[in-house]
Amino acid sequence: MEALSSLIHGFAVLSDPMNILYMFIGIFLGVLIGVLPGLGGANGVAILLPLTFSMSPTSAIIMLSSIYWGALFGGAITSVLFNIPGEPWSVATTFDGYPLAQKGRAGAALTTAFTGSFLGAFVATLLLTFLAPLIAKFALQFGPAEFFAVYLLTFCSFVGMGKESPFKVISSMMLGFALAAVGLDTVTGQLRMTFGTVELLRGFDFLVAVIGLFGVGEILLTMEEGLAFKGKTAKINPKVVLETWAELPRYWVTAVRGAMVGCWMGITPGGATPASFMSYGLAKRFSRNGARFGTGEVEGVLAPETAAHAAGTSALLPMLTLGIPGSPTAAVLLGGLLIWGLQPGPLLFVEQRDFVWGLIASIYMGNIAGLIVVLTTVPLFAAILRIPFSIIAPVIIVICAVGAYTVHNALLDISIMLIFGVLGYVFKKLHYPLAPLVLALVLGDMAESSFRQAMLVSQGSLTIFWSNPLVGSIVTLALVMLSWPVISLFLQKLRSPRKPDAPVVAG
Amino acid sequence: MRKSKQSPLTSTVLAASILAVAGWSTSARAEWKPTKTVEFIVPAGTGGGADQMARMIQGIIQKHNLMAEPLVVINKGGGAGAEGFLDVKGSKGDPNKLIITLSNLFTTPLATGVPFKWTDMTPVAMLALDEFVFWVNAKSPYQSASDYISAIKAGGPNKMKMGGTGSKQEDQIITAAIEQTTGVKMTYVPYKGGGDVAAQLVGQHITSSVNNPIEAVAQWRAGELRPLCVFDTQRLPYKEPIANGKAWSDIPTCKEAGLDIGYLMLRGVFMPPGATQEQVDYYVGVLQKVRETPEWKDFMKTGAFNTSFMTGKQFEDWLKKAEETHRSLMEKAGFVAKS
Repeated sequence: MEALSSLIHGFAVLSDPMNILYMFIGIFLGVLIGVLPGLGGANGVAILLPLTFSMSPTSAIIMLSSIYWGALFGGAITSVLFNIPGEPWSVATTFDGYPLAQKGRAGAALTTAFTGSFLGAFVATLLLTFLAPLIAKFALQFGPAEFFAVYLLTFCSFVGMGKESPFKVISSMMLGFALAAVGLDTVTGQLRMTFGTVELLRGFDFLVAVIGLFGVGEILLTMEEGLAFKGKTAKINPKVVLETWAELPRYWVTAVRGAMVGCWMGITPGGATPASFMSYGLAKRFSRNGARFGTGEVEGVLAPETAAHAAGTSALLPMLTLGIPGSPTAAVLLGGLLIWGLQPGPLLFVEQRDFVWGLIASIYMGNIAGLIVVLTTVPLFAAILRIPFSIIAPVIIVICAVGAYTVHNALLDISIMLIFGVLGYVFKKLHYPLAPLVLALVLGDMAESSFRQAMLVSQGSLTIFWSNPLVGSIVTLALVMLSWPVISLFLQKLRSPRKPDAPVVAG
Repeated sequence: MRKSKQSPLTSTVLAASILAVAGWSTSARAEWKPTKTVEFIVPAGTGGGADQMARMIQGIIQKHNLMAEPLVVINKGGGAGAEGFLDVKGSKGDPNKLIITLSNLFTTPLATGVPFKWTDMTPVAMLALDEFVFWVNAKSPYQSASDYISAIKAGGPNKMKMGGTGSKQEDQIITAAIEQTTGVKMTYVPYKGGGDVAAQLVGQHITSSVNNPIEAVAQWRAGELRPLCVFDTQRLPYKEPIANGKAWSDIPTCKEAGLDIGYLMLRGVFMPPGATQEQVDYYVGVLQKVRETPEWKDFMKTGAFNTSFMTGKQFEDWLKKAEETHRSLMEKAGFVAKS
């Protein structure tokens, strides 16, 4: 097969020891960047981009993409240990990762997260190797209506299934939408809800909000509950990796589903963050353990991590073949390609064989290397939870503050983070769910602008959402998802009217 | 269009202050140099045209060792760039700060009413001008700009869909100018970035775009897009064949095609207000060295940039004229915020 011989050629490019060295440096830096909240992959790559000018383009992209893989891996670490998502796509990892850590199973959670990441990336890379040209064509079918349909599907697969009352879910989500609307409206070019202040011009950044809501909010809760980590009894045993691996095959359906969702979202290009939410939502709905999600299920860590990494990897495909970045980090890498004198686009695969296949080979190698690097550190990271809370809490607050500041280099963001921290605490106390707020904040403006673009294109007619089989089926699927609780209730009544222990999914 | 009675006054004041500064600095004598890390602000997100250029400059400076202190790129793109411009406006007298501009230097204050203008900053140099090209999908029947214009006129209002970056910014200003010339309204669909617009045109979700050369060149080479005309007064100088034996220089100007519209986007560098002539001269020197590197020349060629370089009085005159042009174009299009 042509793809295989090209791939072997790619590995030959990679066998240059300098390239391997760059790869490991990249992975290491990436994990570091992933661990520090706020200093996201996009920022990290952007900062290091100019350093790579003196390298060959192939070495440069290998190092920079390794930073990206590293950051994808590293984002899970703080999510699990401290409930602070290091990266937007690891928010969904906190939902079950943190409760697992509190139960003393931080090692299991980390191992699952890393293994899931690896699996997702591996599937996406296979896709990249063998189906690249085919898939590139598919991505072109995505116009505004199709994008909106995908966002709608994300919302619908995530909402309508919480244990909380529907009113609490809706109010939390509406608050998220309202916060997402602050700043510049890209469709009309007008400022919204900035109240004439300069600081609100950039809107509320998702990462700042999340660091506050989850990280600071959690510290406040812990302070109230007795100044101690619940997870400090964590076993620190290198064998935890193997034990967890023995458990994982049970959840193969979730992993496959996560990888599929991830590849789909990466290509379309919805990105890693919506992919992780969608995968978590789907797993919660369709898994037998679904009702226990959120209390510390290994499966609840596996689902978002697999999807996030699959999406993160496949996001490179539209970038290479079409020049559309599938994620903010991919956008920076795209800038890098141009600077190195390479033109991303349909001809890149033909004209720059060394570069493209070297990159693809480096994804395989990079992920294996990344997995080894992070797995060996699992006991180390889990041991952090043994440090007394009174010592580690101030450190966490400082890291949170630095992270919030780094996102936009804005001092006010630290105060905003603290306000969100209090908000997160209040939400927890009143049993309002945080996830809908976060989801609305991250996807709200994208969903809004694609909806309004679609309305512009169709001159205000909603029929555009059923104008072709692709968009029609996604929208219909989304609506089915939304009304699934009602449908499943109806189906159960129809089948076995007297079954007493049938799980009832609350809307 | 021009109400220029105030500009001689401004320039006299400026000239006077420059003289005063020059007189002072001759006594100080020692050549000025930045004393700490220089912030290079990009009033836009990561990955866009201005961001690419800023990072290119950062890389070149680093590689050729053109500055003693490091230069770091910082994105402040909130409020269509207002965040970055207000930051520079508020950093009076800070010589360790630079900002690269897009057309939003003119469009953002007009469209949003956020209070800043170019005179709130110290102009350093024009680095280049970005061209705009009229693109359609290669599968569409329109072989020339006049074909497409006839189709716009024949199709009636809102039949043709123009995609562009952002709202009430350069792409929509050009669209408005086309509408004024043809007398027929188009549907303008705003997207986040130029790469998105080019891909949407390839996927035929829109019927045309006014992408910058660098944003659409890959799709042109792959035979997916077709350039109709360039919005400049003369053809582009780049004669190397790009696609099907055609070069940038083969694209007619829109004026030749009967669409008398010209638009160029400024890629310039500014400093905070109150910078001394010595400080400006230092950065002009650095940027001139950047322009001479092979990396910069390659970059200009890939993006088919207009390589005009201006400083001092010439640059200020250009800015004054560009500001007036934007005001008049945006007023005609009804894009100016009511305050």
